[in-house]
Amino acid sequence: MISGFVFRALEGRIVAAVGILLGIGILVPALNLLTPPDSALHIPTYAMSLFGKYLCYALLALALDLVWGYCGILSLGHGAFFALGGYAMGMYLMRQIGPRGVYGNPILPDFMVFLNYKELPWFWHGFDWFVFAMAMVIVVPGLLAFIFGWFAFRSRVNGVYLSIITQAMTYALLLAFFRNDMGFGGNNGLTDFKDILGFSVQADGTRAVLFFMSALMLSLCLILASAIVRSKFGKVLVGVRDAESRVRFLGFRVENIKLFTFVVSAMMAGIAGALFVPQVGIINPGEFAPANSIEVVVWTAVGGRGTLIGPIIGAILVNGGKSFFTGAFPEIWLFALGGLFIAVTLFLPKGIVGTIQHGFKARKALKAAADAEKGRGDAAAVAQAQAAE
Amino acid sequence: MNTISETRQKSLLYLENVSVSFDGFKALNSLSFVVEPGELRAIIGPNGAGKTTMMDIITGKTRPDTGTVLFEDAIDLTKKDEADIAQLGIGRKFQKPTVFESHTVWDNLELALNRSRGVFATLFYTLSPEDKARIEEILETIRMTHRKNEYAANLSHGQKQWLEIGMLLAQEPKLLLVDEPVAGMTDAETAETAVLLKEIAKTRSVVVVEHDMGFIRELGVKVTCLAEGSVLAEGSIDFVSNDPKVIENYLGR
Ligand SMILES: Nc1ncnc2c1ncn2[C@@H]1O[C@H](COP(=O)(O)OP(=O)(O)OP(=O)(O)O)[C@@H](O)[C@H]1O
Ligand SMILES: [Mg+2]
Repeated sequence: MISGFVFRALEGRIVAAVGILLGIGILVPALNLLTPPDSALHIPTYAMSLFGKYLCYALLALALDLVWGYCGILSLGHGAFFALGGYAMGMYLMRQIGPRGVYGNPILPDFMVFLNYKELPWFWHGFDWFVFAMAMVIVVPGLLAFIFGWFAFRSRVNGVYLSIITQAMTYALLLAFFRNDMGFGGNNGLTDFKDILGFSVQADGTRAVLFFMSALMLSLCLILASAIVRSKFGKVLVGVRDAESRVRFLGFRVENIKLFTFVVSAMMAGIAGALFVPQVGIINPGEFAPANSIEVVVWTAVGGRGTLIGPIIGAILVNGGKSFFTGAFPEIWLFALGGLFIAVTLFLPKGIVGTIQHGFKARKALKAAADAEKGRGDAAAVAQAQAAE
Repeated sequence: MNTISETRQKSLLYLENVSVSFDGFKALNSLSFVVEPGELRAIIGPNGAGKTTMMDIITGKTRPDTGTVLFEDAIDLTKKDEADIAQLGIGRKFQKPTVFESHTVWDNLELALNRSRGVFATLFYTLSPEDKARIEEILETIRMTHRKNEYAANLSHGQKQWLEIGMLLAQEPKLLLVDEPVAGMTDAETAETAVLLKEIAKTRSVVVVEHDMGFIRELGVKVTCLAEGSVLAEGSIDFVSNDPKVIENYLGR
């Protein structure tokens, strides 16, 4: 049963993608660690961490594709789950600083000392323990998605209305996390991390492991997502996207189907956020910004929604472009992004991967038609006669 | 013997004095309507008579303002939602054919199959030999074996209607509600659909809404004519079509 579930996931394209991801996950750290800095093959640590960040974004886009591409839920708040996962990791990293902070308080992070906190808020307890913090990375986004989805899907909020309340959700969290009295460091967020599991977050070796972990988690989530969409459940999911009432009248509980998918997706986004934070070295409320969530939609659309691999490619390409543009021509980046989205919507509605797939299918159909024609000469003659008319 | 069978006979579907209004407009006006087990029933009536609304009420899509809706004499359908009602054994074909266009014919039937519909049951589902046989049997019934690997989007309108009927069969319902199954079909397809529905009705109750009088005649069953949200006449096709009220409200127009 379980083996069938996993086995179905390992279809050709997915195996290839996982192979490439894991190859990159090993090769890039190896080139960083094993080659001398002046070698032509050397990958500098900053570049490795930059690409590691793209892999985290790719995982976020994959998470969005599961709900948007397959279930038709256009979430404009997935950045919130990403940020929550990031904050859970950030809280662990803050607790690891210990007495090495500016104020030297062994328990309280610097910002709490600065804000005159007398003791650690209750929700900070346990975050010094790695396993607990990693559990929170998936539990907190999962729980928020569950509560949100429970109400939204039960009351059948759909389409634009759902998108709007997901935006409102991330915006509300943005405002909340900006407040100093929330206990999450206000607008400065959490930063100045020292080490993770006893290893310095700045060290090349740690960065290399974080990079590999990003590639590994992305691969595992890709396999999980593929297993989900290729199961009967996945077919129901597409049914919900295309003809929700048909699914309901067949006796399925659409609200449970959506809820499960939304929660799984939020957890993936949380993992992405947790891997992102130690590689960029900071998490602040800006990650909750509504615009961030909208950008995720753009990556997914560019790569091709409902293809799983497309959003990964889209996230890496668009963010690569962003890094280039913001370095070379910072003032036109936003226009480039907006233009890209419009161009994709108009000319590549299926995204890059969707269009390529479509092309393959069309070619196959053409070939099949041509073969059929060869097989039956008179049919070809009829077709020709028809074409001549 | 007669009395025993009469007392033992239960209605499968029982509607009494059902009313519903939308913004003051009475779509159903104390409608009463009974379907016996194993019965094939045709429903006719002018546009806006409330035929689709009646199906909405039976399948839990719309809640009635007043009235009783019972399934198998015991289950109050007004307290249940669409998924519950489908699981009780009421299947429904929509007026506009609704199939999963991006799935193949086979997958459409597999999804409709009356199996556990929970999240985890569907995640770990594998096609069993019985399920495979059942799907093949339905493909035969709806005459679509040769198109089983075709995407539903590529089917003709009539084939989509049949596929949807096949999906309802896969659901193994006790009661089938079929809204305008032959709309947009050719005459040959219409005739075949009549045969198909009669065959289906051998093992379950079927309620068919249709405007096509030729088709209704072909079915040769008891007819109910609705108008303005209540029953205008009920009986054989000849009886109903000679009723002056029916002629005035529907056939004459
Ligand atoms: N959800 C709704 N909201 C408002 N009005 C509705 C709703 N559903 C149905 N109506 C109205 O109720 C009346 C009955 O509609 P219904 O669809 O049941 O008619 P029908 O007998 O199926 O007609 P047709 O033969 O055209 O399908 C119509 O006037 C329709 O506009
Ligand atoms: Mg109707």
